[in-house]
Amino acid sequence: MSEKFDVIVVGAGPAGISCAYELAKAGVNVLLIERGEYPGSKNVMGGVLYRKMMEDVIPEFWKEAPLERPIVEQRFMMMDKESAVTVGYKGMEWGQEPYNNFTVLRAKFDQWFAGKAVEQGALLVNETVVLECIVENGKVVGVRTDRPDGDLYADVVVLADGVNSLLAKSLGFHKEFRPDEVALATMEIIKLDKKTIEDRFNLEENQGTTIELFGDATKGILGTGFLYTNKDTLSLGVGSLLSGLIKHKIKPYELLEYVKNHPMIRPYIAGGEPVEYLAHMIPEGGYKSMPKVAGNGVLVVGDAAQLVNAIHREGSNLAMKSGQFAAEAVLLAKERDDYSEATLNHYKTRLMSSFVGQDMKKYKDSTHHFDKFPQYFDKYIPMVNKAASQMFTVDGSSKWEKQKKIWRDVGTAGEKFKLARDAYRAWKVMK
Amino acid sequence: MSEKKCQSIEEKQYLVRFNADTKSHLTVMDADVCLNHCPDKICTIFCPAEVYKWEEIRMHVGYEGCHECGSCRIGCPHQNIKWEYPKGGHGIVFRLG
Repeated sequence: MSEKFDVIVVGAGPAGISCAYELAKAGVNVLLIERGEYPGSKNVMGGVLYRKMMEDVIPEFWKEAPLERPIVEQRFMMMDKESAVTVGYKGMEWGQEPYNNFTVLRAKFDQWFAGKAVEQGALLVNETVVLECIVENGKVVGVRTDRPDGDLYADVVVLADGVNSLLAKSLGFHKEFRPDEVALATMEIIKLDKKTIEDRFNLEENQGTTIELFGDATKGILGTGFLYTNKDTLSLGVGSLLSGLIKHKIKPYELLEYVKNHPMIRPYIAGGEPVEYLAHMIPEGGYKSMPKVAGNGVLVVGDAAQLVNAIHREGSNLAMKSGQFAAEAVLLAKERDDYSEATLNHYKTRLMSSFVGQDMKKYKDSTHHFDKFPQYFDKYIPMVNKAASQMFTVDGSSKWEKQKKIWRDVGTAGEKFKLARDAYRAWKVMK
Repeated sequence: MSEKKCQSIEEKQYLVRFNADTKSHLTVMDADVCLNHCPDKICTIFCPAEVYKWEEIRMHVGYEGCHECGSCRIGCPHQNIKWEYPKGGHGIVFRLG
């Protein structure tokens, strides 16, 4: 016995659910397959959900979705061992409709979101692993699952199976990722009284803060840490390229402990009780690591397509957008009754001309650049800290003298040239 | 200075819910590679759940505590780990993040 659907979506994360939601809404017979006990049970992110792309799927979702806090302040901390230079922005416009972004806990949020797709008519099946795509005559026609008699057929299969992207790999859409194309992140959810969170982060009720951590948070290797406020928990995490952990022989959980005990972070989490520990990979290869995203009867969306903007810690929003574009391409294919790559490639065209593709291109060299030149993290961030300390320490020397000393401390003429060159290079990969 | 408290990986793993399958989804393909050709045994370092432990002559794979992140598959310098997803509904169950 074999069952046939219009579309099978593999993976109930932001990309897969968005796609299934749009298709079900348009009256398409769609099956959403999730390997976990429930949607979200295998999914991890730092926790920032962007309002705009979520609203493009479900208008005014904030009125009913399980959100933690709307973010009113974003800080960036450049850390040295016992100091930090912090910049940030706080604005009350972010604390009211239509908001900018929210913290969420994925196990709760993804369940709710998948439920909305089901309300639209999608069929959700949990606890089912897709082992491979069924390919006939060069066309994906269905999926083989780990259920008995588990072959399922569809006109289109949408691969939203996440960062490991095993299905697209088995189709030859990409090679196995290298350790410098993925980051490994670990995080903890730390329980803390609601009022304490608000006091420590200078917040009022229903306001949140995100702090991104650079420099010593990853002991100077390429990566970032983060500290986000939820309702009555904090999300504290740290991630760095897998290649960096390997090269420096760093245990990821020890790095997390290092951040937890860092004097710039310790006071925020003091007295908090860790309630969950999570590890997950992040696709950070960028544009150059993107697989083929459309084939005969198949599309690849979200993390599975490496859609992450590591510089701006965006991912779930790119995932949702890609899911929507995939749904659009499927509807077009349905109209033409042609599920070939030629028609489904509409997805790629839409994706790459949108902000998703544009941002992927804009930052195509950034991860590689900062990985290749570690001095940004291990040298320049400490230098900025030292300069700030000298400038703001009142010790009787004049500000001119201080400036001269700071400039002298940069080093020889050669080192000054190198600094200027690195600043220019950084600007070039970010511009 | 306040007292530094470091939480061990065992304590961290204790916070996580697992619904372990009876059979491992992680397989070391050639035990000889670990024994004779891999002095660093780097998987024992970078695995975020300390799934891999070297026991004198062989690699112990504690798949029951795996977060299913995939790092070992990508990070093994000898591509010596066969990595699959646990059976549907099994493995790690995140409750929050």
